[in-house]
Amino acid sequence: MKILVLISNVPDTTTKIRFTGDNKAFDATGVQWIINPWDELALTRAMELKEAGGVEKITVANVGAKITESTLRKALAVGADDAVRIDAEPLDAYFVATQLAEVAKDYDLILAGIEASDYNGVGVGGMLAEMMGINSVSAVSGIDLENGELKIHRDIDGGSQVLTVPVPLVAIVQKGIAIDPRIPAMRGIMMARKKPLNVVPPVDAEARTEFLSYELPAPKAACKMVDEDNAKELIRLLHEEAKVL
Amino acid sequence: MSVLVYTENWGGKFKKLSYEIVSFATGIAKAMGSSVTALSIGHVADEELKSLGKYGANKVLNVQDDRFESLDNKALADAVTKAAENEGAKVVIFAHNNEGKAIAPRVSVKLNAGLVSGVMGLPVSVDPFVVRKKVFTGKAFANIQIKTDVKVITFAQNSYEVTENPTDVAIEAFDPQIADNEFNTVIKDTHLITGKVLLTDAEIVVSGGRGMKGPENWGGLEELGELLGAGMACSRPVSDEDWRSHEEHVGQTGKIIAPNLYMAFGISGAIQHLGGVSSSKFIVAINKDPEAPIFEASDYGIVGDAFKVIPQLIEAVKEMKANK
Ligand SMILES: Cc1cc2nc3c(=O)[nH]c(=O)nc-3n(C[C@H](O)[C@H](O)[C@H](O)COP(=O)(O)OP(=O)(O)OC[C@H]3O[C@@H](n4cnc5c(N)ncnc54)[C@H](O)[C@@H]3O)c2cc1C
Ligand SMILES: Cc1cc2nc3c(=O)[nH]c(=O)nc-3n(C[C@H](O)[C@H](O)[C@H](O)COP(=O)(O)OP(=O)(O)OC[C@H]3O[C@@H](n4cnc5c(N)ncnc54)[C@H](O)[C@@H]3O)c2cc1C
Repeated sequence: MKILVLISNVPDTTTKIRFTGDNKAFDATGVQWIINPWDELALTRAMELKEAGGVEKITVANVGAKITESTLRKALAVGADDAVRIDAEPLDAYFVATQLAEVAKDYDLILAGIEASDYNGVGVGGMLAEMMGINSVSAVSGIDLENGELKIHRDIDGGSQVLTVPVPLVAIVQKGIAIDPRIPAMRGIMMARKKPLNVVPPVDAEARTEFLSYELPAPKAACKMVDEDNAKELIRLLHEEAKVL
Repeated sequence: MSVLVYTENWGGKFKKLSYEIVSFATGIAKAMGSSVTALSIGHVADEELKSLGKYGANKVLNVQDDRFESLDNKALADAVTKAAENEGAKVVIFAHNNEGKAIAPRVSVKLNAGLVSGVMGLPVSVDPFVVRKKVFTGKAFANIQIKTDVKVITFAQNSYEVTENPTDVAIEAFDPQIADNEFNTVIKDTHLITGKVLLTDAEIVVSGGRGMKGPENWGGLEELGELLGAGMACSRPVSDEDWRSHEEHVGQTGKIIAPNLYMAFGISGAIQHLGGVSSSKFIVAINKDPEAPIFEASDYGIVGDAFKVIPQLIEAVKEMKANK
């Protein structure tokens, strides 16, 4: 089985978000880029499956400009065998999925995260599956490989399920897929330098959505404090003032 | 021309989210001068289907076909697409929950439509079609234009009021004619959470963090939760340590919730935690550290020991209920 792990390059989760030019664009000055947390966990699970046997190869792929290569190198250092970068500014989820559809054809299992932590599009995985005419399972919280067959755990609203779906398949992963993300070891970082990182040109595609402007949330009014020894007052405030009880 | 809204059911029943999303669809349809068609897949009694008319649905397409019980993403997307084509839908709306997130992206490709996920409240404008959503995991909002003729959106729960709009509703049987070989998801096992308020539905949420010191100390929180009819939540370290079930983990890497009231006990308020709860209408923090960042995100707070505060809150809620 060959696995493709889709890697979104996102600002570190603690980044202070700012915008430039009349709030029209994200200000990437000084931003630390990381592998999207879900993609990092997807890669971790792919590695575990490979170590258990039954997986020939793990490729990581990103649609992005040259600056994303350090993120792809990190994925190689974690243990992917090779990397593909489709050389284009990602415009929206539709554009990104169109670019990935070509590369993904050669794989049995494609892992996408449920959402990228920057634009929170929740789109690429499902769109890609539809473009390829293959099935997808979303909200995946576990993947096992038993006798060449995938056993998938997914969350449903109000519970969870275990299921099978034949490959090729896009699995869109979320919490539970792996517990702790793998951190590259020194040896991995050395080896990653020699692993192939192929750059391929983009195909023609247009974005279907456009970000017009951004806003930061209005600052919150000061927190109203209640005394520790008079905690009952809190319930009165919630009942009479906030009217939520 | 119509607005198509996908209304899933839970054991044949709708819930508040269903009425909220139909109200939302009605709001969009009014702005566009079109009608609302709801699509229901599964065994839902006619009376229940008719209840959607109360919130503005003009028509309900009723698909009764057991094969969809496996929630096969490809087959479901095909079915919704056929319904959308059948209705000449210009806007297709899903809930921003597990099922909606699974199907909406596929449907957008099939309908040559642009997709925006997690839309909050009515569009800023319908021509051009501009919607508002959260980006950077709750740290900012964006106004996004969908440039295609047909639009697909997922709707963020609790971002629109349930609004009555009594309408004569027609129930029509609909067969999307999906071939057997389109279904290839096979369910081996299903586990349903019963007897608890589902976190994503809860109007009040009681949440505990590492400051609660250990799983043996949750008794008070549970009692408070029960009295308030609340859902229970926790921070990530609490679920990582298995003090509480993973289903309760909220935050960037857990569930994202938007209750009316979120009560955080012994939670510091890390940015990744707030990403999952910042849409709550009111946030209350109980923390012994006055500098804890959770207070910056809170409407009401108590600087103090959770173990001293919880019994007082329980007593106060009991008194409040007795006086009602
Ligand atoms: C300078 C700059 C400006 C940008 N401006 C915008 C903008 O205005 N609007 C906008 O929508 N996007 C913008 N992007 C692109 C954004 O970073 C995303 O790559 C793209 O929009 C898809 O994001 P999503 O939130 O829809 O992904 P989601 O659908 O939420 O992502 C789900 C999963 O899909 C995969 N995935 C997502 N993106 C990629 C990718 N690029 N390569 C490989 N796999 C991926 C990952 O597995 C991810 O976990 C910009 C990027 C850059 C570098
Ligand atoms: C990529 C990434 C994703 C993450 N995703 C999430 C996520 O989804 N959800 C999440 O929660 N975290 C997430 N985290 C972790 C997050 O950064 C914090 O570590 C975590 O939220 C802290 O949990 P806590 O508030 O329970 O614990 P702590 O930060 O240890 O806070 C405990 C608090 O309890 C207070 N306290 C102690 N004793 C008492 C007492 N007796 N009475 C009252 N107060 C008391 C302390 O003052 C302190 O403020 C993520 C981290 C990363 C890097």
